[in-house]
Amino acid sequence: MTPTPETTSATPPAAPSRHVQEIFLGEGVPESGTENLVVNLGPSHPAMHGIVRIVTELDGEQVVKTDVEIGYLHRAFEKECEIGPYNAAMPYTDRLNYVSPLINNFGFCSAVEKLLGIETTERCQYIRVILSEISRMSDHLTCVGASAMELGAFTVFLYMIKAREFLWEVIESVTGARLTISHGRVGGLKADLPTDFEAQVRRAFAETRTVLEESHKLLTSNRIFVDRMQGVGILTREEAIAYAVTGPLLRASGVPFDVRRATPYWVYDRLDFEIPVGETGDNYDRYLVRMAEMEQSMRIAEQALAQLPGGPVNVDHEGRPFALPAEYVDRGKLGKTEGLLITDIRLSPNLAGQERRHHEKVNAPDKRTVLPPKETTYGSIEGLMNHFMLIMDGFGIRPPRGEVYFPVEGANGELGFYVVSDGTDRPYRVRCRPPCLPPMAALHLMLEGGMVADIVPTFGSVNMIGGELDR
Amino acid sequence: MQGPDILARLQERFGAAVLATHAEHGDHTLLVGLGTLLEVLRFCRDDAALQFDMLMDLTAVDYLTYPGREDTPRFEVVYHLYSVPHNHRVRIKAGVEEDAPVVPTAVPLWPIANWLEREVWDMYGLRFAEHPDLRRLLLYEQFEGHPLRKDYPVTRRQPLIGPRN
Repeated sequence: MTPTPETTSATPPAAPSRHVQEIFLGEGVPESGTENLVVNLGPSHPAMHGIVRIVTELDGEQVVKTDVEIGYLHRAFEKECEIGPYNAAMPYTDRLNYVSPLINNFGFCSAVEKLLGIETTERCQYIRVILSEISRMSDHLTCVGASAMELGAFTVFLYMIKAREFLWEVIESVTGARLTISHGRVGGLKADLPTDFEAQVRRAFAETRTVLEESHKLLTSNRIFVDRMQGVGILTREEAIAYAVTGPLLRASGVPFDVRRATPYWVYDRLDFEIPVGETGDNYDRYLVRMAEMEQSMRIAEQALAQLPGGPVNVDHEGRPFALPAEYVDRGKLGKTEGLLITDIRLSPNLAGQERRHHEKVNAPDKRTVLPPKETTYGSIEGLMNHFMLIMDGFGIRPPRGEVYFPVEGANGELGFYVVSDGTDRPYRVRCRPPCLPPMAALHLMLEGGMVADIVPTFGSVNMIGGELDR
Repeated sequence: MQGPDILARLQERFGAAVLATHAEHGDHTLLVGLGTLLEVLRFCRDDAALQFDMLMDLTAVDYLTYPGREDTPRFEVVYHLYSVPHNHRVRIKAGVEEDAPVVPTAVPLWPIANWLEREVWDMYGLRFAEHPDLRRLLLYEQFEGHPLRKDYPVTRRQPLIGPRN
């Protein structure tokens, strides 16, 4: 608000009168005599993705100062992890970034595996890469779709959620769940891939590519969208680094930092992909970076599928009769274990992929870490003892004393797990380095000086996920 | 720069002030005293060969019930540094005594330390001297105690607070 000439040329209003002001309208009263208005955005507001409160001080339409208040979704993730055994933390990691929970699962598993000093099988690492990339895409789709919706492009939102749905169907067929999947296990995975996985992924990717193409047509050179996004919410390269911002936001500011390239983990060093970077670090660059990254994710996943060792998994087994699981377990309990160990069983549909033949493909051959396959548990006394040694209180996975930090590239940036072990079956300390927190700490830089209407698109481009921000 | 070179450079610069180093699981770690912590961090950031321009993470660990650590300071603050130009990492740790839980602030070095230190204060009750705005980050003002301390029971209930007016 520019002050009128009358008020600026005249002597400023007497200072003492402000002390008797009864209604507090904010600090920083300008010369013009107008006062700043303090407005609360959130904590519960439809445009706040999750629960967060932004206390803004406005001078007319302009944002003068913001204070971001977080913690509304704090669920004591780090404390809860210290209570149970290592694998018991898996459901909690699902709830960090609940749009791409697989990355959290695998990140935590890899941190514990690094602490244990075990190597997972190659197939397991490829599967982790494929599922992580699918998760990253679903995260980017949600973020871009929601941002577009907030600018009025509701069609794009519906298209993108449609594409996410195709991806989540793939995830559902692998993990048996859509959101809280708990698919990671220290040393491996809960189960192997379903038989028609590759076909499913190709179908989902074809649909996603169509959606991305349509969205590009609708948004990328759309006058309204570009005007609202370009030059808004700028985070410079220096600011981004000083605030330890990682992920798409840092890359949009022109820094080609990606954990997958900087410190390759799993099999990312065998896969060819590009790191899209922006120039100015505004909302538009973030949008373009995310759109380009989805294409790269598909490239990575397709290469990984082509290289996936072990080939398609044939569940059917010729020549040897199947024993039904219940019958199988009954025989084991009665002590009639003869021949059981070599019998292949077919488990119930929701346990599919956990049979021995699959088990060996995706799990590390480490009896101190990974539960034995069910055939072994019920078919031999050694298997049963192995099972109990991992399940009983005070036994289980016991990494040597020490500390470890393992970073992975989450959908929003570097997701790191710092795990301290005291040699018991419970983690002594689990620290999650949340990728969302640094951009939220730097949010005031993006908002201050801008217009109040730009708060929502800028906040949307940060892609705050309450679960991992507040833990 | 490789991990061992980073540790060698810091040891060469700070000599006896470096209390211990290790490279468990490939994570190169340096333990320093609280007195020299800020100096070490500043050197890490400003030295041309190190150039740790990103404070990737800052957290603390409460070693109250850790076996074999009865004689060492109860808390440890842990800094994970990353260098964008050199693509290398290091971990800096410093012990903090229970009766004087005050750590020098790293906010002038990396602004992200502001929130990270607020979180450490919130969860562990470690004060950061000269921090510009040491409020709780995740919990609310009326919360009693610091929940990530090992002597904070998981089942402890907090008093209900009424509406604010």
